[in-house]
Amino acid sequence: MTAPARTSVPAARGPMAEAWDIFRRSPSAMLGLALLLLVMGITFAGPHLYHVDPFEIVWAPLTPPGEEATIPLGTDNLGRDILAGLIAGGSATLAVGFAAALITMLIGVLIGAYAGFYGGWVDDLLMRVTEFFQVLPPLLFAMVVVTLFQPTLVNVALAIGIVSWPQTARLTRSEFRRIRTLEYVNAMRAIGAGDGNIIWRVILPNALPPLIVSATLTIGMAILFEAGLSFLGLSDPNVMSWGLMIGSGREYLLDAWWVVTLPGAMIFLTVLGVSLVGDGLNDAFNPKMRER
Amino acid sequence: MFRRILRQLLYAAALILAVLVLNFLLIQLAPGDPAEVIAGEMGGASAEVMAAIREQYGLDKPLLTQLGLYLGRALQGDLGMSYYYNRPVVDLILSRLGPTMLLVATALGFALIVGTRLGMLASRNPRGIASAVVTVLSLIGYSAPVFWTGLMLVILFAAKIPLFPVAGMIDVVKQGGTLMRALDIAHHLVLPGLTLGLVYLAQYSRLTRASMLEVLGADYIRTARAKGVSEKLVFRRHAFRNAMLPVVTVAGMQFGAIISGAVLVETVFSWPGLGTLAFQSILARDYPTVLGILFFSTLIVIIANLLTDFVSRLLDPRLAKGR
Repeated sequence: MTAPARTSVPAARGPMAEAWDIFRRSPSAMLGLALLLLVMGITFAGPHLYHVDPFEIVWAPLTPPGEEATIPLGTDNLGRDILAGLIAGGSATLAVGFAAALITMLIGVLIGAYAGFYGGWVDDLLMRVTEFFQVLPPLLFAMVVVTLFQPTLVNVALAIGIVSWPQTARLTRSEFRRIRTLEYVNAMRAIGAGDGNIIWRVILPNALPPLIVSATLTIGMAILFEAGLSFLGLSDPNVMSWGLMIGSGREYLLDAWWVVTLPGAMIFLTVLGVSLVGDGLNDAFNPKMRER
Repeated sequence: MFRRILRQLLYAAALILAVLVLNFLLIQLAPGDPAEVIAGEMGGASAEVMAAIREQYGLDKPLLTQLGLYLGRALQGDLGMSYYYNRPVVDLILSRLGPTMLLVATALGFALIVGTRLGMLASRNPRGIASAVVTVLSLIGYSAPVFWTGLMLVILFAAKIPLFPVAGMIDVVKQGGTLMRALDIAHHLVLPGLTLGLVYLAQYSRLTRASMLEVLGADYIRTARAKGVSEKLVFRRHAFRNAMLPVVTVAGMQFGAIISGAVLVETVFSWPGLGTLAFQSILARDYPTVLGILFFSTLIVIIANLLTDFVSRLLDPRLAKGR
């Protein structure tokens, strides 16, 4: 995504540098990047600038934003500081989002790569497994997993990963099927490279651009997923998260709009940032597709 | 053709069996005694009930025998007892299936009809207003959590513009005939249907636009135009039908996700469907019901996939011949 750190010859412009050039010129992609940096700034720098415990009761319940100078965004139904919640809630949401996306990519790429590379019965078998996971309604399955086993952050991330990988597997498979017949793969085989070498060192790097785009969108989806689970009260109750704030404040919705509106806006802006960056990366990697 | 259908039905049956095995494994893998898992934390945990469960599920027998017992009963339509509601799980689920299907069908129908119209409008002029609307809508539809959109609509319609009810499916106070009842349900359906539909409206409008732009560049469209076919007919008859194929495929593939979205939307609007049931039974740790819902929803997804495949073949006869 960033400038080419590895190119030693300054004149040679790699595909990554070219992609960054296209990305940089897209206003929406840059807006997305700015949104992401803003959210990360609030999450990582916030706790050092605003020292309030998100679980501590600081003022009268349901104080509207702006009424009390020390509590700029008001309080929730228990009298807890909303701004402190927004700052603290980001880290759980982002951590679970990224971890779940990582798990999704690991399982999806592994299964997709073997299915696409070997074809035949390996492909048949792996694709049947993929289809099985694809018919499970994702949120319901994650709800079941999280309640049967403890709702820790790790389990939430695992549950999201388990239900999200089939799409990545299908994408990886189709990329591998396309690339494995190309000349340079045959050339590698001719000089005696092993299967593992060809899969991970030759085909995977060439399949990366669409996978990076898909990984970005997966992060957005995982964040929404985490938000949904914690809204339902199925995430770790001891960790503040945006979804949890919405879930616990929804009964007071009509008296206190800010309790649900503000954390939801944070989720919206985060996922919006992620998806704008994803769209930007897609355009950057496929300049021909830009018209759509 | 018939062999194909038969093969697909067999495959669907294998998937259903696999889901049942998964359900069985989930109970076994959960920490704690399976009998306690089945009875639930607040279920009648009396020694009598526990003994009955052990007997019924054969919990003292080897694992494979247990699996056989479980599958045998499931295939006879017995998914166990809900010890929380004190009713057979299947009865409980069937009583809630209707409202969920009504909600999902409404959302899907709204999203497909409005989404494809909007996508078509946008494809006429990729830089026009409709295109901008599609872009903005798809960004909002993708990025806003569906339960949050619902809650925002509740704020808007409960206090500011009290046009539509924000909770439940039927007004108890209102009396009247079947027509009044249907109208009442439709009135309650507006906001949940809109909330769930918006997510997919966003996706289908974007997909239709992309797909139409691709189809409109095809040779046969140029031929049709050269023959002097009116622009309206080129759009309606030549382009639209071909552009619909990916939309139908995606809509079918997303059925599981739509049901998942329905869980959240039902919770927000207290819609008395499978989603609220799933939520309540998870809070009550009523696992037979939760797993039963998981099984039924998967069943619905499998059926939806079969139907999608069928519709795709109707839309594109090439698919029916090939493969």
